Amino acid sequence: MDYGILLMQQILNGLHIGSIYALIALGYTMVYGIVKLINFAHGDIMMVGAYIAFMMITAFNLPLPIAIIISMASCALIGMGIEKVAYKPLRNAPRMWALITAIGVSFFLETLFTILFGASSKPFPTLSLAPIQIGALQISQIMMISIGLSVFLMIALELFIKETKLGKAMRAASEDAKAAALMGISVNKTISIAFAIGSALGAIGGILFAMAYPQIKPLMGVMPGLKAFIAAVLGGIGILPGAMLGGFLLGIIESITKGFLSAFWPDASLWADAILFLILILVLLLKPAGILGKNVREKV
Amino acid sequence: MLKVEKLNVYYGNIHALKEISFEVQKGEIVTLIGANGAGKTSTLQAISGMIKASSGAITLKGKPITYEEAHKLVPLGMAHVPEGRRVFAQMSVEENLELGAYTIKDKKQIASDIEKMYKRFPRLKERRKQLAGTMSGGEQQMLAMARALMSRPEMILMDEPSMGLAPILVQEIFEIIKEINADGTTVLLVEQNANRALQIAHRAYVLETGEIVLSGEGKDLLSNEQVKKAYLGA
Repeated sequence: MDYGILLMQQILNGLHIGSIYALIALGYTMVYGIVKLINFAHGDIMMVGAYIAFMMITAFNLPLPIAIIISMASCALIGMGIEKVAYKPLRNAPRMWALITAIGVSFFLETLFTILFGASSKPFPTLSLAPIQIGALQISQIMMISIGLSVFLMIALELFIKETKLGKAMRAASEDAKAAALMGISVNKTISIAFAIGSALGAIGGILFAMAYPQIKPLMGVMPGLKAFIAAVLGGIGILPGAMLGGFLLGIIESITKGFLSAFWPDASLWADAILFLILILVLLLKPAGILGKNVREKV
Repeated sequence: MLKVEKLNVYYGNIHALKEISFEVQKGEIVTLIGANGAGKTSTLQAISGMIKASSGAITLKGKPITYEEAHKLVPLGMAHVPEGRRVFAQMSVEENLELGAYTIKDKKQIASDIEKMYKRFPRLKERRKQLAGTMSGGEQQMLAMARALMSRPEMILMDEPSMGLAPILVQEIFEIIKEINADGTTVLLVEQNANRALQIAHRAYVLETGEIVLSGEGKDLLSNEQVKKAYLGA
């Protein structure tokens, strides 16, 4: 067996799953940046997004791109709605309250979708495209679509945040919400937009995840949601490029452990998640604010 | 321009502002002086909506604004340079100025106003691409003032603009406040540097433990024995 090819293949697989983690991690980090809330329901939004696309495709026979757009738009609205109903009333309450509420919202969504669709997995209608063969490497077209779409969305988001008036207002609000309000910026509006964008990215992350596996179930968001959260922390929570970097890193580490290390160490894939958490612990010990995070002390 | 009537503010059980009443006429510089903890900052924050008044009435140009949210006051012509400057440290000087003009739609006006600010504060032009957080305290204060002026306010609230600055910069800051006022902006200034503040103010109010205990023209208070003793170190 050619280990070089195997490693290359696993790096590509890692980029694929990593691009999905990165998309989901962006939602965690955007929301955390402004409201300092770890929105634990975010992983379930990705599940909701996948189910909405599933329904659009199977029940209404819509083509995949249209299903993706409808799913993103619906999840944006659902995300804003959840913020309004569940988190906004707790804006000035101790942070722990909102965190517990987020876990509650997560259980609510999981249970709701179990009641609506049943607990078992359903096959997700994926694209049947032949893989492209480059030398000994096999590249699936879904992988290419997934990586391409994620990178495109990340660049678009970065441009939006850096260059547009609204993006600047969001950065200002995440740095100092009260000072932003003194500029005439409605902080509530920027929070709504952070939830909308984060949830729309979560939706597409969920669809790409569903296409990769290709199946969906109500608990499908739990593990990827948790890993995307780790990715966001690993890169530096609150920092957008950090979430992207963390997502790709995590995907590559996971793929290499499962697909490459396992060639030498048969139990490696059983240890894959433990290795991920070990890396997270090591990074946080060395750099508590994450790879791209600056170590700023809490403001007095 | 601004009228505050029987304003009360509580922090929990602490009665921070007690029945405060004062007004600021169009074109004036009015200063609130007083010791640390007298309620100067709370007064400005209650006016600009950063904290909630418990009771009382605040009106701006005849319009009640007592319970208005902070961000809605900017389009009404009010700007607030907060205590501690609070520039956006992770953003460039120019981005800070753009955010000051968040409520302005006209892009040409924003561009020309930024140039005006660079003329008035040449140091900001040198540092336009620099992150605001990397500048000195004096430069950050200039930026905070320029940022507030970008919304073209009719009334500007300033909280301790001279705090922590070298004497030469303090001098400059007070000169700038006079210029801003001469350009037609009404100023409500909170200062611990009572001496300087009274010199440039048309009128002044003295706050003690949340109450207004004295008021008068700036130059009269400068020679007032009580004020001299308590605040001017004479």
